[in-house]
Amino acid sequence: MEAQLQQLKEEALQKIEASGNVKELNDVRVAYLGKKGPITDLLKGMGKLPAEERPKMGALVNVVREEVTTVLEARMTLLQEQAINEQLEKESIDVTLPGRPVKTGNHHPLTRVVEEIEDLFLSMGYEIAEGPEVEKDYYNFEALNLPKGHPARDMQDSFYISEDILLRTHTSPVQARTMEAKEGQPIKIICPGKVYRRDNDDATHSHQFTQIEGLVIGENIRMSDLKGTLSLFAKKMFGDDREIRLRPSFFPFTEPSVEMDISCFKCSGSGCNVCKKTGWIEILGAGMVHPNVLEMAGYDSKKLSGFAFGMGPERIAMLKYGVEDIRHFYTNDVRFLSQFHRSEV
Amino acid sequence: MLVSTKWLEEYVNTQGLDPKELGEKITRAGIEVDAVIDRSQGMTNIVVGYVLEKVKHPEADKLNICQVDVGEETTQIICGAPNVEAGQKVIVARPGAVLPGGIKIKKAKLRGEVSNGMICSLQELGIEGRLVPKAYAEGIYVLPETAIVGESVLPLFGLDDTILELGLTPNRSDALSMLGVAYEVGAILSEDMKYPEATYTESSEKASDYLTLRVEAMEENPMYIAKVVKNVQIKESPLWLQNRLMAAGVRPHNNVVDVTNYVLMEYGQPLHAFDYDRLETKEIVVRLANEGEKIVTLDDQERTLKSTHLVITNGVEPVAIAGVMGGLNSEVHDGTTTVVIESAYFTAGSIRQSSKDHGLRSDASTRFEKGVDPNRVILAAERAASLLAELAGGEVLAGSVVVDELEKEPAEVVVSPDFINNRLGMKISLEDMTSILSRLKFDYQAANGYIYIKAPTRRQDIKIEEDIIEEIARMYGYDEIPMTLPVEESKPGGLTSYQAKRRQVRAYLEGAGLYQAITYSLTSKEMSQKFALETAPVTELLMPMSEDRSILRQSLIPHLLEAVTYNTARQADTVALYEVGSVFLGETESGLPHEQEHLAAVITGKWLDHSWQGEKKSVDFFVLKGIVEGLMGLLGHSKELTFERTVKDGLHPGRTASIKLDGAEIGLLGQLHPSEQKARDLKETYVVEINLAKVLNKELEALYYAPVSKFPSITRDIALVVDSEKATGELQAIIQLSGGKLLKNVHLFDLYEGEKMEPGKKSVAFSLTYFDPERTLTDEEVVNAHNKVLKALAEQAGAELRG
Ligand SMILES: [Zn+2]
Repeated sequence: MEAQLQQLKEEALQKIEASGNVKELNDVRVAYLGKKGPITDLLKGMGKLPAEERPKMGALVNVVREEVTTVLEARMTLLQEQAINEQLEKESIDVTLPGRPVKTGNHHPLTRVVEEIEDLFLSMGYEIAEGPEVEKDYYNFEALNLPKGHPARDMQDSFYISEDILLRTHTSPVQARTMEAKEGQPIKIICPGKVYRRDNDDATHSHQFTQIEGLVIGENIRMSDLKGTLSLFAKKMFGDDREIRLRPSFFPFTEPSVEMDISCFKCSGSGCNVCKKTGWIEILGAGMVHPNVLEMAGYDSKKLSGFAFGMGPERIAMLKYGVEDIRHFYTNDVRFLSQFHRSEV
Repeated sequence: MLVSTKWLEEYVNTQGLDPKELGEKITRAGIEVDAVIDRSQGMTNIVVGYVLEKVKHPEADKLNICQVDVGEETTQIICGAPNVEAGQKVIVARPGAVLPGGIKIKKAKLRGEVSNGMICSLQELGIEGRLVPKAYAEGIYVLPETAIVGESVLPLFGLDDTILELGLTPNRSDALSMLGVAYEVGAILSEDMKYPEATYTESSEKASDYLTLRVEAMEENPMYIAKVVKNVQIKESPLWLQNRLMAAGVRPHNNVVDVTNYVLMEYGQPLHAFDYDRLETKEIVVRLANEGEKIVTLDDQERTLKSTHLVITNGVEPVAIAGVMGGLNSEVHDGTTTVVIESAYFTAGSIRQSSKDHGLRSDASTRFEKGVDPNRVILAAERAASLLAELAGGEVLAGSVVVDELEKEPAEVVVSPDFINNRLGMKISLEDMTSILSRLKFDYQAANGYIYIKAPTRRQDIKIEEDIIEEIARMYGYDEIPMTLPVEESKPGGLTSYQAKRRQVRAYLEGAGLYQAITYSLTSKEMSQKFALETAPVTELLMPMSEDRSILRQSLIPHLLEAVTYNTARQADTVALYEVGSVFLGETESGLPHEQEHLAAVITGKWLDHSWQGEKKSVDFFVLKGIVEGLMGLLGHSKELTFERTVKDGLHPGRTASIKLDGAEIGLLGQLHPSEQKARDLKETYVVEINLAKVLNKELEALYYAPVSKFPSITRDIALVVDSEKATGELQAIIQLSGGKLLKNVHLFDLYEGEKMEPGKKSVAFSLTYFDPERTLTDEEVVNAHNKVLKALAEQAGAELRG
């Protein structure tokens, strides 16, 4: 019986060794260790043995059983690992294939520029004021120190709807409306929006374009405050090492009036095609709010003062992104629009 | 304004500054120098030649063979100009010469004959054709006898000069004259002025014996002065004067006309010369024209006058449109012997009106329109008289005929140095301020903490304290202004709720795959109301530039469709665009149209294209609807949102829905009508337009959290057979209403219509979720609720439960 046991063990170990996968091994387990297997049979057959041999034989069977089990388990672990590896190998993919696209669009470049400017001024405590695109002559001109007959308000330059109503030629009427509504209280706003002028559309003109203006009114607002504010703006939009310079200019609604240049961001002043070899780029117009404008809106121009500035997001976008033709902004060619996808924080 | 730096030097010392440097200083002080133009344009080797002989070219009719003395030698030049003659002094470009535009002159052979250079016209020296005296407009220029053979030609024409082109803002009309520019330069460089002289010997005869003057329109013409010069000899002006006029952009004519233009450029005061004899009546009457009266102007045009136009008459008929253009009937001509020089102050408004009505803008009218210096009216007349005596041999009659009620007092401005410094944020000393005023040649007195200023009348832009602030600041230098930020009570700025939500809408749509477009608000009559959610009277331009941009839009869709077509025509098969912008509806009480902010989107092509895995899907109604549903969810309006089938011009009649919030229409969603698609060469295209303002302004309930329940929900599916036309939305509404408070969610998960169904029927399957946050539901409760739903579906929609 002992020899029989030894032979069974040898046989089992051989079959374990020979089994090539989990299923075969499981068959071996069932065949040798199962309830109907030979080892179990041996145990059952022990009843026929003399009583004094039974414990010894029982222990022996158990030793063999354990030995076979251990070898089988080890083999099982090995085969399972192999099986998993094979499976993983089968599942491997070409990671260089394209991913499932997540399609996203993006802001129009003008909105991108406008929001960038908005965010800068919002962070400085400004509010955003908006107003109608079809305006009364009063708010578009008269309240801004451009009385009827003023040369700067030629009928030829504006789209009139009637004698007193026109498409606004700048966003300044929003300033006039805000001043009227604030009844002498301090103001800190920027006004973005669409404006319209009687121009033939070409590479540098558009009958519809965008403006963003700023207005600050308070006690003792100084021209130095305007200069400091514009300098912050220039650095934010065009880089920290930008310098600004003011040149005297003329706008009916400000006095003094200035134009602001920034040092060229492309050549840093040495002269290039962007700055037309001057080292400076004209960016915006600004000035101290004309006392007539303040008085007309009910502000005491001796007590309160203010500054205003205005710029064209088209021009800024053209400079910043190197766009050469203003009509690109209104053609909405996706090949153009999609180039402004990248975030820029 | 074109400023010859050589001419400028007559009135002010420019300290030998390089013209570029001078230009930069002028720009920084306030008058923008747009360009610095070197008149020599790199020209070399261009000399005075003397034509010794001219013979016809044997081989070419139009060519002449000329033997020309060029100083060093006599050389042969072929010339095709019709006016070349032996005995002329001419402009010769020698071999090796460079002409404007980099044209190089070389020895050449023309039909077998050698040509050693070229005889030039003024145009070939870079002078604009419109400035070349008419006599030489069609050929070579003939130099005066005094020109020295062999010498450079450039100085003869003032081409060794540099021009500053000023871009003047409307307030600086004072710089529309050489003197005005000299004042500015003098202030910048701290230099004094040298004034032009007006000296002549008066005749014993008096102007008033020759001419009477009456002004009947004092308001439009508060000052008029006329001088009479007799025995003038009409001829070409000396070259130096012609050159200065050409440098200033004025074409020389004859000495009398040239003198009036010269003084105009020098003083900024327009003058006009009449032929005294052709006036006939010995009388000048200034009045408003009679309605319909006619005059033939110098340009040979007959013009009809209105009663708002100021005219100069001889008492009988108009002889000039005041300040705009003279009449042909009184023009100075070769035979003129006596001239009347008019110097007047015409008011800006009056000249602007007639200049505009006649479409005539001249050097004179521009200056009147901007306002001339009242104190230069007489000075300019005297200067012209003096030049006519000098250059036309004229005899200036004693005195003038004058009407003068013009206010000539300077504006007075009182300002405190503190006010100036407060506004600028600077600390400029009183001394520095007054020194600047002196440089500007303003009269002033400093006393009692104030500066009392009399602004010169040439500076009509100086009226108030702020004007003085600007003068001080620009002369002191804007670079000196420090940089500060407003000092104020700090209060938060920020977006309004509307503005913040609008930004979210953009971000959402872009996240959903749409690009933001910006299109034009102005459109054509045909497009203005197409696809409009609501229509109202249109807002139309009085004077559109084109029919395509004549009316404000009432829908964003037409232009978005144009943008989509633009893209598909350029090989883009998938396009998804949205726009947020205003539409313009009718007239409100204020007279302005109601501007409503709308959102629109257009999509066409493939929505999903992941080809290598076989995922491909074209856009359809439900893609766009899903985007709208998502948006309304984001904005908190999912519950109120419904879609109802509707019909709309231009949209597919079976694939269009009205979008409603709380039952009120806020938008339209649909497929573009196949015929519209075809017309635009588009594939299946879907559009949506929403009244964004209405959505964003809609009140939202406060957001409260509902506790997440520990109790399970129970889901029951139902499959129904209904008539094909039955809207699933209607079924869903029946389920929701009949399900009671335990029914928490209804979800359509299957739809079948086809062969396996009885014709006219479809199968719809919903998944219903029952739930109570407080407890676990019993089977019985769910069965009861579910039976109610089934019953309602059967009764209200004729739905059969499907096996
Ligand atoms: Zn540069």
